[in-house]
Amino acid sequence: MKKHFKKVLALALSLAVSVPFLAACGGNNGSSSGTTSKSDDKGSSASTLKVGVIGPLTGDAAVYGNAVKNGAQLAIDEINNAGGVNGVKLELYAEDDVNDTEKAVNAYNALKDKGMQILLGTVTSQPCISVEAEAKNDNIFLITPSATTVEAIDGDNAFRVCFSDPDQGTASATYIADKNLAKKIAVIYDSSISYSSGIYDNFQKKAKELGLEVVAAESFTGDSKTDFSTQIQKVKSSGAELLFLPIYYQEASLILQQAKTAGLEIKYFGCDGLDGLLTVKNFDTSLAENVMLLTPFSADAKDEKTQNFVKSFKEKFGDETLNQFAADAYDGVYAIKAAAEKSGVKADMSASDICDAMKKAMTDIKIDGLTGTGITWSAEGEPTKAPKAVKIVNGAYTAMD
Amino acid sequence: MEFLSYLISGLSLGSIYALIALGYTMVYGIAKMLNFAHGDIIMVGGFIVFTLCTTLGLDSIWGILGAIVGCTILGVIVEKVAYKPLRSASPLAVLITAIGVSYLLQNLALLIFGSGTKTFTSVVTIPKISLFDDQLVITGETIVTIIVSVIIMVGLVFFVNKTKPGHAMRAVSEDRGAAQLMGINVNATISLTFAIGSALAAVAGILMCSAYPSLTAYTGAMPGIKAFVAAVFGGIGSIPGAMVGGILLGVFESLSRAYISSQLSDAIVFAVLIIILTIKPTGLMGKKISEKV
Repeated sequence: MKKHFKKVLALALSLAVSVPFLAACGGNNGSSSGTTSKSDDKGSSASTLKVGVIGPLTGDAAVYGNAVKNGAQLAIDEINNAGGVNGVKLELYAEDDVNDTEKAVNAYNALKDKGMQILLGTVTSQPCISVEAEAKNDNIFLITPSATTVEAIDGDNAFRVCFSDPDQGTASATYIADKNLAKKIAVIYDSSISYSSGIYDNFQKKAKELGLEVVAAESFTGDSKTDFSTQIQKVKSSGAELLFLPIYYQEASLILQQAKTAGLEIKYFGCDGLDGLLTVKNFDTSLAENVMLLTPFSADAKDEKTQNFVKSFKEKFGDETLNQFAADAYDGVYAIKAAAEKSGVKADMSASDICDAMKKAMTDIKIDGLTGTGITWSAEGEPTKAPKAVKIVNGAYTAMD
Repeated sequence: MEFLSYLISGLSLGSIYALIALGYTMVYGIAKMLNFAHGDIIMVGGFIVFTLCTTLGLDSIWGILGAIVGCTILGVIVEKVAYKPLRSASPLAVLITAIGVSYLLQNLALLIFGSGTKTFTSVVTIPKISLFDDQLVITGETIVTIIVSVIIMVGLVFFVNKTKPGHAMRAVSEDRGAAQLMGINVNATISLTFAIGSALAAVAGILMCSAYPSLTAYTGAMPGIKAFVAAVFGGIGSIPGAMVGGILLGVFESLSRAYISSQLSDAIVFAVLIIILTIKPTGLMGKKISEKV
């Protein structure tokens, strides 16, 4: 009887474990085929410039990939309606990578087979590193809207629209100094991940340059990220006016709660890692009131460009994917346009010739986009633009002027 | 004043470690195995309360009872299915099985609850105490955790030393074969140990999630390992040892973070642990019985 019970239990357990996996596999197989989309009819291959997009269109990070695809589509439609680039229309091909490095390389090869000449992507950092290695070999022009890790734009063929991880540190310090948010600053960062410590190092250097005083720099590691009361007490004793949090939102949600308990009254400033704070289940969003974070796009910004973008985006795609990724992609397409016009790219040029021409032109162009005005690029591929931030008011992002 | 505040943070963290360490030390002392899934039972306790109280909106008392009953049943099932068949196997096999159970629980939680972080609503309703113009804050969770861990420790010592099942546990811990010959039901005794250990894990989970209100599938993993360290530090197998070890570990961690370096705090804590274990290999309160492992 007992043995029998065990067998039944074992079977039940193995079923319980395997069913979701099977289901997940099925889902992926179904979705990885036929996600290609484009703006014009397929037959127009010789007279269009083919722009490829690679990103997670399904899976956990699907919202990022779809935002990029939609943002790019919007920009391409606008450009085509206005006569195209050098009289040539752009055509968008999107492939799914499910935020997986191997699938991203497959997607890249699939796009190459379709005759891709310019690559907008990939959307996420790790896949971008692998795809960039391929694109560098093939000499295909790559501009990623949103991969923040330094290695993602390793070669001279690669550029990015967003700030890199370390550049967010510099940008944060600049923003705090420009807006005169505080003179005395405390930092709590995660010393066990390069994202956080990289931002901190650059922040601290730039802050010194700008005459900001870092009065407390406290860290934690991945192994002890539950109790922050000691760090918070030190911040409290340091007399800082602003607490800089270059960390992810999971830890930030704990810090905000513990800071409230400890009676810490301070301004909070974070980077893109805090994006997601409002999505934590059951989180008391009033704790995040007045938290500022560096993000290049806020849908409620008052400038005309953003307003127009938000309006046409909502008409076409709804507001589910209306986020900074869509804005980055939109600017990315306009950067491609500017560079292609500057270097006189034609539709019948090979991808390699286009790359050679465009990478030279990239350092000469200047575009006014959604994520900044007067954006320029260095030969290394990093953008230069004024940082933008949002503030959380009543549980929603509000643009800061 | 700052010192007091750091000390209280340390006490708060330490009493959580102590509660978890009590479960480790009980199971080790009696079943002679390291139940590495203990930390994940804590996480399960947290999720039961979260589901009952936050998702279903029940009163927190039902959440607490549900978590204790649920974790007790889970602990007994895990013991019956995964550990009992290996009772005569090598200790290494049991250790690996325990790690397997730990991963199984984590991944099941990921499948059921997803990977997103959840904020836990504290079950403690005692308000915080602010002293000296807000300079010193003692949270209700800290007070409750310390009181609960002291009560549980005293209760456990009483149970093990004064009651019949407690005697049986000590007998099994001294010599399993001889205990069986004396007519003690070894399997039932070990099951009881797992039941108590898992109920303690549920209590620890509820208090930990109340004090540090963030819940993911990996919530129990690191505190579990720290508490295991605390149990070894205090002398594994010793109930007061687990309590002292847990609290000292928490206080060391907090003070070294405050006065030496927040980056090196773990390194300092473990360096202290190595020094103490070289001087006293059985831990602070470990018994020196040469026959014991």
